Amino acid sequence: MNELQFRDPQLARSMAATLERLTGEIGRRVAVMHVCGSHEQAIAKFGLRSLFPKSLEVIMGPGCPVCVTDTPEVDEGVVLAGQGVKIVTFGDMLRVPGTVKSLADAQAGGGDIEVIYSPMQAVDIARKTKGEVVLFATGFETTAVATAAVILGDLPANLSVLSAHKYIPPVMEIVAEMPESRIEGFLAAGHAATITGSDVFLPFVERHKVPVVVAGFEPIDILAALVELVELIHARTPRVVNMFPRCVTPAGNLAAQQQLFRVFRPVGGRWRGIAHVPNGNLRLRDEFAHVDARKRFTIDLPSLWDYAPPQFAGQCICGDIMAGIRNPNDCRLFQKECVPENPVGACMVSNEGTCKIWHLYGGVPDLEESA
Amino acid sequence: MCLGVPGRVIEVNGWTATVDFWGVRKQVLLNIVDEPVAPGDYILNHVGFAIRRIPPESVAETLALYESLLADDDGDDLMTGDVRAEIRGTA
Repeated sequence: MNELQFRDPQLARSMAATLERLTGEIGRRVAVMHVCGSHEQAIAKFGLRSLFPKSLEVIMGPGCPVCVTDTPEVDEGVVLAGQGVKIVTFGDMLRVPGTVKSLADAQAGGGDIEVIYSPMQAVDIARKTKGEVVLFATGFETTAVATAAVILGDLPANLSVLSAHKYIPPVMEIVAEMPESRIEGFLAAGHAATITGSDVFLPFVERHKVPVVVAGFEPIDILAALVELVELIHARTPRVVNMFPRCVTPAGNLAAQQQLFRVFRPVGGRWRGIAHVPNGNLRLRDEFAHVDARKRFTIDLPSLWDYAPPQFAGQCICGDIMAGIRNPNDCRLFQKECVPENPVGACMVSNEGTCKIWHLYGGVPDLEESA
Repeated sequence: MCLGVPGRVIEVNGWTATVDFWGVRKQVLLNIVDEPVAPGDYILNHVGFAIRRIPPESVAETLALYESLLADDDGDDLMTGDVRAEIRGTA
């Protein structure tokens, strides 16, 4: 552990000792899951796994929005680009593999694709463009609320939205229900909970009897949240606890939720490699059909299927990694055929993908083992 | 990226605020934030929208995390890279 990275190494050590004591008292292996790429970045960057007790496994779940965008959703963007529509989307989406092509491949083939940082830029770009522009919108509720605000604003007539937005709470249900799942508790992402509030997890805890702790992003925040989570597991008292109260309230940002659910309705759909997730996809309500790219265009997906599928795609285990069943070191492609410069799976594309994070910070992010 | 980035509000004009992020000034939209925002306040920016007004008593500790990330400039760190990209508006 690099103690210089902690502003209070003494506190970090005492929390690590508490975790050691609690898992010792529980007396068996305990696995918990977080669902946020920024949490995995912090855990890997600050070498937190070297502080965790050997019997505590902290697994990254489906917390990378780019990674769970499903192949047919990428295909829709690729086909629209091929139909002469200008696509605007986030930079991470370009290299995410579709069934046969990524958006970057479509761009190399002459497709008009522009990278944006904010959904609001789509409006400015559409105003300067003669033809049709489609905002290929991806991300969890924190980003979906921004797309919703754009849709509720003044949209140019040539702009429509292809929503691949995903909603986190329902996928936690899927992970909790997987027969192979060993997950006994969840860390929830602080800033997504800023929007939804910590109370959004109450029905989940009631149904599954699995505790949820909302966590911030400092190393100390993550350790404190883990201590709370393991205490709840030990005491067999499944509850929602907010350990990030300086950002998250029980009710969350009501103005944002109101805009989010006025524009989007949760519907069932596939998350890449994981499963069909009931209520996991955010799609435009009928009231906004006039700006829904799926209604405005006939998206000819079968036109893609004449191509052969990529060579290694069938061996990618991104789905199992995001479900917490396997880790990147279990993948035969990891750091061999699959590297950030030439990714096979989406988990190696995004800065929030487990494989890219593990690759950058050294594969086995357990500093005791690698020392 | 769900870290977002905090900045200080310089000016408010309707639904748009001019916000300073360590010397970089950007326009940030206020459609989502659920509290009134005034010059001098700190907000948390995510993809060009303020998602939260940071309570004055939390500003110092919030900035400290980001300053430690920004000071850690080894060029290819993922967290530092994400924060810089959010400041530049190129994420």
